[in-house]
Amino acid sequence: MNGNALIIEQLSIRFGSRPVVANLSLNLRPGKAIALVGESGAGKSITARSLVGLAGNGATVEARRLQYGDRDLLTLSEREWRHVRGKEIGFVLQDALGSLDPLRPVGKEILEALIAHRWGRRRGRWNRVIELLNWVGVPDPEVRARQRSGELSGGLRQRALIASALALNPGLIVADEPTTALDATVQAQILGVLQQIKARGDSLLLISHDLGVVAHLADEVLVLRHGEVVEQGPTEQILRAPRHPYTQTLIDALPSAHPRGSRLSSERRAVPVVRRTPEIADPLLLEVNHVAKRYRGPDHVWREAVEDVSFTLQAGRTLGIVGESGSGKTTVARVVLGLLEPDSGSVRFGGRTWNGALDAKVHERQRQPWRHEMAVIYQDPLSSFDPRWNVGQILADALPVGRFSGSERDARIAQLLQQVRLTVDLASRRPLQLSGGQRQRIAIARAIAVRPRLIVCDEPVSALDVSVQAQVLDLLADLQDELGVAYLFISHDLSVIRHVSDDILVMNQGRVVESGSARQVFEAPEHAYTRRLFAASRTTTLGLDATAKPLAKQPSIPCLEGNLE
Amino acid sequence: MSDASLRIPGRAVRWSALLAASFLVFLLLAAVLPRLFTANDPLASVPEAAFHAPGWEYWFGTDQSGRDIFSRVIYGVRQSLTIGLLAVALAMSIALPLGLAAGLTGGWLARGIGWVIEVLFAFPAMVLALLFVAIFGGGIGPLIIATGLGTSPGYARMVRGQVLSVRNSGYIEAARALGHPPSRIIRRQLLPNAMRPLVVVATMGIGQTVVWSSALSFLGLGAKPPAPEWGTMLSVGQDFIANAWWLTFFPGLFIVLTTLSTTVVGRFLQRRLEGRV
Amino acid sequence: MNRERLWRLARHSGTRLLGGALVLWVTATLAFFGLKLVPGDPALSILGTGNPTAETIAAFNHEYGLDEPLAVQYALYFERLLRGDLGMSYAQHSAVAGIVAGQVGATFQLTLSALLTAWVIVLAWTLLTAGRRGWWSGLGSGVETVAAALPPFWLAILLLAIFAFGLHLFPPAGSDGLRTLILPSLALALPLAGFIGQVTRESLEITLEQPFVLTARTRGVGDWAVRWRHALRHSVLPGLSLSGWAIGALISGDVVVELIFSRKGLGRQLVQAVQVRDLPLTIGITLVVAIGFVLANWLVDLIYNLVDPRLGRNIQ
Repeated sequence: MNGNALIIEQLSIRFGSRPVVANLSLNLRPGKAIALVGESGAGKSITARSLVGLAGNGATVEARRLQYGDRDLLTLSEREWRHVRGKEIGFVLQDALGSLDPLRPVGKEILEALIAHRWGRRRGRWNRVIELLNWVGVPDPEVRARQRSGELSGGLRQRALIASALALNPGLIVADEPTTALDATVQAQILGVLQQIKARGDSLLLISHDLGVVAHLADEVLVLRHGEVVEQGPTEQILRAPRHPYTQTLIDALPSAHPRGSRLSSERRAVPVVRRTPEIADPLLLEVNHVAKRYRGPDHVWREAVEDVSFTLQAGRTLGIVGESGSGKTTVARVVLGLLEPDSGSVRFGGRTWNGALDAKVHERQRQPWRHEMAVIYQDPLSSFDPRWNVGQILADALPVGRFSGSERDARIAQLLQQVRLTVDLASRRPLQLSGGQRQRIAIARAIAVRPRLIVCDEPVSALDVSVQAQVLDLLADLQDELGVAYLFISHDLSVIRHVSDDILVMNQGRVVESGSARQVFEAPEHAYTRRLFAASRTTTLGLDATAKPLAKQPSIPCLEGNLE
Repeated sequence: MSDASLRIPGRAVRWSALLAASFLVFLLLAAVLPRLFTANDPLASVPEAAFHAPGWEYWFGTDQSGRDIFSRVIYGVRQSLTIGLLAVALAMSIALPLGLAAGLTGGWLARGIGWVIEVLFAFPAMVLALLFVAIFGGGIGPLIIATGLGTSPGYARMVRGQVLSVRNSGYIEAARALGHPPSRIIRRQLLPNAMRPLVVVATMGIGQTVVWSSALSFLGLGAKPPAPEWGTMLSVGQDFIANAWWLTFFPGLFIVLTTLSTTVVGRFLQRRLEGRV
Repeated sequence: MNRERLWRLARHSGTRLLGGALVLWVTATLAFFGLKLVPGDPALSILGTGNPTAETIAAFNHEYGLDEPLAVQYALYFERLLRGDLGMSYAQHSAVAGIVAGQVGATFQLTLSALLTAWVIVLAWTLLTAGRRGWWSGLGSGVETVAAALPPFWLAILLLAIFAFGLHLFPPAGSDGLRTLILPSLALALPLAGFIGQVTRESLEITLEQPFVLTARTRGVGDWAVRWRHALRHSVLPGLSLSGWAIGALISGDVVVELIFSRKGLGRQLVQAVQVRDLPLTIGITLVVAIGFVLANWLVDLIYNLVDPRLGRNIQ
């Protein structure tokens, strides 16, 4: 605990002659939190790293003032930096699985900080490690400290990572995307730990692409775009009355802020289309009955099992499946697609038996004639494209064989590209040269090429920036109107699910814990897990009512500050 | 965060690849038209000119029978390259079916073949080759077969690895989801993608087999003197190492340069393939 | 290391050992059939010249069980193998086992020292030059490529010429003492170091860019400590898994190097045996090599698991 302030005036960073950050200024006082928000490439991470002198060999860092307390950070030598890092400024990265040495026990990682700064003596150090793990809320710290990061769950790992940053009581903590890649409930817990840090008087610099995450923690927000600060001010003001259009776009793009049916992006349809009403006499398009599956992966680890999963989907509607990692949603998707055979239960599609177990087993050739009625899009479209092919070839591969002559095929490809709002000249480009959003649109174009009745969407927007995510979600909504296609939409992101779904399925550890229409489930969740999930999500997103609710309280641990020095 | 300055500058890589490729072209020419480079007969014995040090008249010096080493090295290219190419061809023709079988089938068959490949790969190939020669005798023919056999497990292992990794890839699964029949997927996507790196490996392999076959000839089990084969020349020159180093230096140098060139060119092609250059 | 990990390691190693035994059994069987296939009468070959009479031949055949059915011969063969009897050398007219026992020590010495030397060179060279600014890294990589392309036998001759005959620093021949070991080990170690160095360097450079290395730096750990304490363990993994193959390559190299340096050893014996078509000796040496190679691979596997304990235990 100390009274040091971080003062940055006109910070600019460049690689050679290429500017990456320009003219960034802020004043971070003890006990406060400032957030740097922006999409990928905005320059937030490199700003954070320049504060600990790790911007990289090729980077030139310049500023009128870059000061922490009375230390001038611009003129530090490498040796002086080693004194600052960890002791005065602590750093937390995202994804502790990669941020902690996978071959060493986490206790040793925390110990390393103490050893590097010659803190205390042998026995005292280990006690300190246990103390730190306790403080961040890791149960059984003596046992956990001896485990490697791969043996801990996501939440515990991240806590251990935070513990290692806190080891020497730095007054300033820089957290670079500390909650990305974590499940909603775990995100809320980590934010709780960060809140604790702030509460004891340290200052926090938060980096995030997610406005919702920072809303509850940050006192001030800086919005970055392509290295420039487009807006800066108190959190309340930024969220309620943003001045810059880009900030507005970011807020607009958040699915949690918009109900179903409203648009997230500014993309307009070329021609307004009347929503195709599905034929009233449509039977159930998809019926999943009591499906169960357990299987081992190639490393002999049991993969997510599902048990007794049943649901239905009607033509032209969207069923959202939400659950955290390990909930079984991907397994369900693969069973529905017919890529996996269930241990028991069955799947009926379009009135026919589509997938079944044991003697009710269905061979791929039996599905063949109707295969084209079901399509899929993945989280990472790039890995689903043949690396040798360009866009045109990828789309041509999806077209039925032999039915098209050369020019007809080209026409159809052009039509598909237009339907997903891409220009026709992209047909000769390769996916590697395109952006994430463009690649996903191509994957969508490939999916609709076969004129499916159902598209399984497996986390299709999770890897995209918020503004791009908005465009893709709008596109999917438009296509549903134009083509009357049904979606099985899988995601861990509650706000996205809420935005797209007509009906919802909540899964936890392989079972369906709640199901019903979207409105029903969101307004009156019945199952305890669902309620916990929603509560956690509220703390990390901007709800429709956008009021900051207090975080789930952790049992308060007496602040051990007195002994920590 | 990647630091651009850590990588070897692309220019240096391209230049070295160019250099290596030129050397290979030179070798090819030497194999096909040795007369382009030397007028001397590699087998002509000129006793008075024995043990000339390298100089203006004899670039690489002469050996114990007065033969011009430079021309012997040049004529040796044909021998070495032929053996190298044939051995690689043989190795590939064994490795491809084996590797494909291990990669495309499943269950115990795949595991069994895979295990056999692993074991053969690590086993000292020289010992295997010598065993072969012991049973079937020496000479160029058995030399090619022994080399081919000895190096094939390495290629089989690679083929298997490639096939397995492509088989488990996202785009193959996407193709399945599109409803394509397995035969179409294997033919149109799996095989072409899995086999792509093989060209690269075969290129590098030629260099390796040249070393190999030279080693066997060096042991007296391949080409016999006075054939202008590099390994044989090394073996003969060994006896005179104290006084006439050039008998062994230059043939060996050419072996090294051949291996180096094929490796550099092969790696360059590989980076090209991966899109890194 | 706790008890559970020890147990898992033991189980894993045991399985590998069993696999190794299987390899040996297959090799021995193949050797048996190889011997049978070769044209020529073993009795004549062993008894040598002098026109043995029909009775002598018959007696010989009876003694060696060569007149029994194949299955019985096979069983006898294995029985003898397990007793350590590897047959009789055609050329040297003495027990193969005895010949091998006399030579195996020198070869083992050479192989081990070459492997250790190679690893020391690799570690020192890559730790010093990998991931550095400017031309250091490129130089390091270039040196490794050239080293890997050097055929051991040529390198051996060069070293012999320069250091033994030229500078008179080391003896050009012999098998006793450290000084005779240095040049042959180097001839084998340098090209191997080139190979292993390439994969280790690449691995080291990738490791140095990993998030956990960045985290270590943010704790105030210096560059050298980061390389030594974190990056090293990760980057030796690919090299370690290559070591199994490396041992095979070293044994291959032993053959020529022993010849060039006139060292005692199985390699030289093998070549001489092959040159006179002395099959029992050839096969005997092959079998011993197979045993050594299986054991060495098993050891490498054990070490790998000690360095990287992660196999299949992580929470997904």
